[in-house]
Amino acid sequence: MKALEKLMQSIKPKEDAKFPLAYWVWDGMYTFMFVPGHVTHKGTHVRDAIDLKRTMFTVIIALIPALLFGMWNVGNQHYIALGQEAELMDKFIFGLIKVLPLVVVSYGVGLGIEFIFAAINRHPIQEGFLVSGMLIPLTMPVEVPLWMLAVATAFAVVIGKEVFGGTGMNILNPALTARAFLFFAYPTKMSGTTVWVDTTTDQGQQVVDSFTGATALGDLATTTGSAVGVNTDVMGMFADGGVYSMFNSFMGWIPGSVGETSVVACLIGAAILLITGIGSWRIMASMTVGGLVMGYIFNAFAVNDFMTISPVHQLLLGGFMFGMVFMATDPVSAAQTNMGKIIYGFFAGFFAIMIRVFNPAYPEGVMMAILFMNVMAPMIDHYVVQANINKRLKRVKVAA
Amino acid sequence: MSEVAEKEVKAPSEPLFSKKNVKLMTDPLDDDNPITVQVLGICSALAITVQVQQAVIMALSVTAVLIGGNFIISLMRNTIPNRIRIIVQLVIVASLVILVDQILKAFVYDISKALSVFVGLIITNCIIMGRLEAFALGNKPWPSVLDGVGNGAGYGAILIIVAIVREIFGSGSLSLPGVGQFKIIPEAVYEFGYMNNNMMILPPMALVTVGIIIWVQRSRNTELIESH
Repeated sequence: MKALEKLMQSIKPKEDAKFPLAYWVWDGMYTFMFVPGHVTHKGTHVRDAIDLKRTMFTVIIALIPALLFGMWNVGNQHYIALGQEAELMDKFIFGLIKVLPLVVVSYGVGLGIEFIFAAINRHPIQEGFLVSGMLIPLTMPVEVPLWMLAVATAFAVVIGKEVFGGTGMNILNPALTARAFLFFAYPTKMSGTTVWVDTTTDQGQQVVDSFTGATALGDLATTTGSAVGVNTDVMGMFADGGVYSMFNSFMGWIPGSVGETSVVACLIGAAILLITGIGSWRIMASMTVGGLVMGYIFNAFAVNDFMTISPVHQLLLGGFMFGMVFMATDPVSAAQTNMGKIIYGFFAGFFAIMIRVFNPAYPEGVMMAILFMNVMAPMIDHYVVQANINKRLKRVKVAA
Repeated sequence: MSEVAEKEVKAPSEPLFSKKNVKLMTDPLDDDNPITVQVLGICSALAITVQVQQAVIMALSVTAVLIGGNFIISLMRNTIPNRIRIIVQLVIVASLVILVDQILKAFVYDISKALSVFVGLIITNCIIMGRLEAFALGNKPWPSVLDGVGNGAGYGAILIIVAIVREIFGSGSLSLPGVGQFKIIPEAVYEFGYMNNNMMILPPMALVTVGIIIWVQRSRNTELIESH
């Protein structure tokens, strides 16, 4: 390590050189690997031992279970679709080959743009993309074309983040911006029955018959048009022993976006985030409550089969857990006040279930709900702060 | 105010395209653009920029109404009572819009149908009211006409740029009034897996496109950046 540090120091480019990119790329790499030598010179400062890079890295570590499980599940679904038996490692390696390009493209495009902006604006490379770059592939269907992923990543980084001033200034969660962009731009590649599972056989043909590659929510969305009890075949899949039974949805061996299917992996990530204090427990808890409340309201009315799904099961399906743990808790785009976080989380969960059930065209309500609450977060904060001011003002008046 | 008026009386033979008058036309094209700098007329810029032919027709219509309105209001500027000036402006603009609408229906019926309600909504286009209030009420007819030409062109320029971007990426084609729509992106590209971007057809992407134009313009001319 010492030798590497020396080498890095020896090739340190000048800050005001002709290519500002060189210096900032070097700076980014150096601070990424070693403790940066920055010290404060004036006044008293309290410096936290954990800086933005370490924070981001903790989130990456929390994402690893979801990533690994996602890779395995991609292979698993593939072999299920083909009707073949396969070993654990076969499935994993198949998934690795499918998912790794997504990760590489996402990081390559996103970091490339970040580097260019850092060089133009002459500031250190911002670390925010470390997490977004990992989240973006995890929210994609495995069959998404790479160029679309690249376009969406570029859109998310430029329009979602750099326009507002870079990391820490964005209104919307960049990873969800990328997903929402793709969802509206290329709907045929982001929803439906053909994108979630790789059904190419070894000889290169597609498995056409005998296999529907819809997600659980996609199947459920087909039931909203008819009365309760009509869609017994679909609902059978959600009963105990069905494909989307509570246990299967919890463990995550069902089709879906790469990283979202496994609740177990999300919960491991949640535990890491909560223990290190990086994720907000208020948001996670209140979002769960919000989702449950909406689920029970739907249960109470139950005018179609989708509404009869148990609220707990609702939370296990789709990207609810993944969105809750990794997206809603984004410290930049979430509400900042403690009370605000609770309100923000509650409505994110509430709307997620509501959108998913009411609008069959948008089965992934979690994405919409979190983006919507991202926009609302500053307003929530404003009213929370204002309420506190009013409360204290009242006290002053009573005392006077 | 009176000083300026006197000066102008003393120098009555100002050439038609003096420097000052030309500036009235060229300023709105860039540094005083009605959409990107004055931020007027955004709604129509978002709504009818899906196809270039619609944008061209819309730009021409707005320019025609703007020139006519500016000219008439400027002629009447000394006789309009201040308290009812908005109503007078509305009446004039509305009659002009009805004229334009009839002409569109007569000659370019298809595009007129595609523009639907937005032709009628020219009446409420903020650019028109804004220019009438800000310029025509206080200036002579000739400069007012030039101001109308300039602002109409500035509006049209942005509209057409946005429409070109949206049509190429949204439908893979370009269209011109009278010529019709033709494919720009060759079929071979689609076979490689390229797809039209549906988001481009939706209004949010028009907003983003206008935003990018504003961004580019302001990084070129930093004087336009507001302090905050």
